[in-house]
Amino acid sequence: MNAQTEPRFVRIALITIALAFFGVFVLLPLFCVFFHAFSKGWVYYVQTLRHPDALAAMRMTVTTALVAVPLNLVFGVAASWAIVKFDFKGKNLLLSLIDLPLSVSPVISGLVFILLFGAQGYFGPWLVAHNIQIVFAPPGIILATIFVTFPMVARELIPIMRSQGSEEEEAALTLGASGWETFWRVTIPNIRWGILYGIILCNARAMGEFGAVSVVSGHIRGLTNTLPLHVEILYNEYQFTAAFAAASVLALLAIVTLIAKTTVEMAIKRGR
Amino acid sequence: MSKRFVERSILPGFSLSLGFTVFYLSLIVLIPLSMLFFKTASMSWGGFWEVVTSARTLAAYRLSFGTALVSAGINAVFGLLIAWVLVRYSFPGKKIVDALVDFPLALPTAVAGIALTELYAPNGWLGRYLALAGIKGAFSPVGITIALTFIGLPFVVRTVEPVLEDLDPQLEEAAASLGANRWQTIRKVIFPVIFPALLAGFTLAFARGIGEYGSVIFIAGNMPMKTEIAPLLIMTKLEQYDYAGATAIAVGMLLISFFLLASANFLQWLSSRKLGKA
Repeated sequence: MNAQTEPRFVRIALITIALAFFGVFVLLPLFCVFFHAFSKGWVYYVQTLRHPDALAAMRMTVTTALVAVPLNLVFGVAASWAIVKFDFKGKNLLLSLIDLPLSVSPVISGLVFILLFGAQGYFGPWLVAHNIQIVFAPPGIILATIFVTFPMVARELIPIMRSQGSEEEEAALTLGASGWETFWRVTIPNIRWGILYGIILCNARAMGEFGAVSVVSGHIRGLTNTLPLHVEILYNEYQFTAAFAAASVLALLAIVTLIAKTTVEMAIKRGR
Repeated sequence: MSKRFVERSILPGFSLSLGFTVFYLSLIVLIPLSMLFFKTASMSWGGFWEVVTSARTLAAYRLSFGTALVSAGINAVFGLLIAWVLVRYSFPGKKIVDALVDFPLALPTAVAGIALTELYAPNGWLGRYLALAGIKGAFSPVGITIALTFIGLPFVVRTVEPVLEDLDPQLEEAAASLGANRWQTIRKVIFPVIFPALLAGFTLAFARGIGEYGSVIFIAGNMPMKTEIAPLLIMTKLEQYDYAGATAIAVGMLLISFFLLASANFLQWLSSRKLGKA
């Protein structure tokens, strides 16, 4: 046993160093958010969160997620069905293209929509002529968010669907079920935890995205501000406590996300 | 014939699902991204080169790639240590720490940005001790590195963890029974097996760090030539309606990171191939 693990003092030292690093880099920032958020007391905290600008930002954030998550969910299910159930040429290329938005800087993700829909952009003149505004307006925020969260459901569903194979679907079809029946009654129940897992991760990113949304938002208060952008505005106006109060809502969202994610992970493990 | 029939072709929906996938992918990702290249193509080569090699752009590239590299290095060391401690040892609160490793990914970057700035500002909880040591935390490259370390940590831990879990204990037993001491076993048996994963995690953290914006801009200080990261410079150009300049900087950034990531993938391929032979 001696040569297969470290002496006790080495183990304790390594655990201490790891936890110290973890504490300073992960726990302390989290604690810092809530500490500053409540530094002027509960009353002030509730007041800042009930400010019309804060409420408008929260509404914008929820609306964005309500559009982006379902769209990327439908895409994720369709893409994983095509990729897992069939063999076709160019599958690996398709897989890397799907992951593309994750390897692009958020600022570049916003930039491409300015190049498409901005006043000087490709569709700019046409949009101006028809009086349609996409960037510096809610549609731009929603589009940029869809782009940034694009692969998040597909990435989680593909490995789960792959590990389940196609035997159950094949059995259902041989027994006379139609394609859609098989899909709704066999595939969807089998991947339900995977779907939930993808929704949780996609939603967290959709609600928290900052860089891409910041580029296309135009920072118009009460109209194109999401909650993360609201945090930035307050912070840059030196309203630190209010900024941290808004930030604490997002930190809470992150904690709820982690709890939900861990719970679903355990359910997936049990299902196997 | 019946055997082939029972295999894949019995499942319906191929053209529908693939058709929708390709359509949606083109609409949301490919067409918007291709704009970068159309816009660049509309510039003259000289104009592109002038923007990309201007002193301010080069300083921003150097800062973005440099801080991303240093923070990925820090994460490679401490991420490996945290993964090791989580897989191999037991201590109270281990499950909570394991779940919280993903916290930097779950936390919106702007929130991370203001929290880290508060902590490392000259009068902040940690910044004041750095100041005593003569180090400027926030509003300096040190601050940028700290923010990128926060953001990149989960990438290393989460790529190394599963490999450590799958490590066959018999390998270590064999090494030990052949007379290797613990340090030799770690260096010669364990480390080569986890090295490709460690490199992959390092690469992911590095790539994320190059493009990171939200957590950095608050702590960076944003002084041109000194603490201005490349994504911020793109933002600045956009605010001046210099779309071509912004695009040139973005394309330059993408090309450099593509080259670096390709090299990292090659290195990873080399080291896992060596492992397969050994």
